[in-house]
Amino acid sequence: MAETATRTVTVNNPAGLHARPAELFVKTAGQFEAKIEVIKNGQRVDGKSILNILTLAAVQGTELSLEATGPDAHQALDALSELFARDFDENGTVKS
Amino acid sequence: MKFGDFVSRDAIRAQLGADDKESAIREMIGALLEAGNISSDEAESIVKAILKREELGSTGIGRGVAVPHAKHPSVQRLVGTVAVSGEGIDFNSLDGEKVQLFFLLISPPDRPGDHLRALENISSQLRDETFCRFLKQAKSADDIRQLLEEADNNGFAS
Repeated sequence: MAETATRTVTVNNPAGLHARPAELFVKTAGQFEAKIEVIKNGQRVDGKSILNILTLAAVQGTELSLEATGPDAHQALDALSELFARDFDENGTVKS
Repeated sequence: MKFGDFVSRDAIRAQLGADDKESAIREMIGALLEAGNISSDEAESIVKAILKREELGSTGIGRGVAVPHAKHPSVQRLVGTVAVSGEGIDFNSLDGEKVQLFFLLISPPDRPGDHLRALENISSQLRDETFCRFLKQAKSADDIRQLLEEADNNGFAS
């Protein structure tokens, strides 16, 4: 049975969810079978598409809901929220 | 943010002559230089900054699209250009496909929000297949200008 899990994360790195973090997110999401969606203020996009994630324009401080549906939903959300927790390895330095 | 807010009209190029990543970037920076958007003293340093960003991971985000970019202190506001390659250029894209559509962005170091809003506009317009297809078929800078204007006026993406 497909289960759905959700989690709320905050974009903390100063540069926001730009191309490189988006790529990292999509690569990580792609390792899981679960369908991943990212929701910002009601805007819901496919978490396995860079183009879709970039349409969110998630600046620093943005709160996002991650929703995963599938057998490994919880593991997927663990891995994805970990990316936000470590600021996509940008360590507070503003890289483009 | 619309294309008209950051794309330099005079720097748009329909038929890139370049056949590799670095020369494509140089050609687009040359176009911005000719259009008067950047100064000749800074052009080389901007090229270097963009190439350095590519080393972190290709900005070829798939579906024949790349968004090469860098932050650079010499620009006061976000400026960019659009270029099309009919044959496509090997850009080490994430999906391995050649890149036909280039959206190059240079932003001031302290404006990450503007950069994100430009990416938002580019990516949401590119989700429209028709816009993508027409852009890839553009034969002149005027064709591209027209498509960008239509996109800005909501001719494509909703």
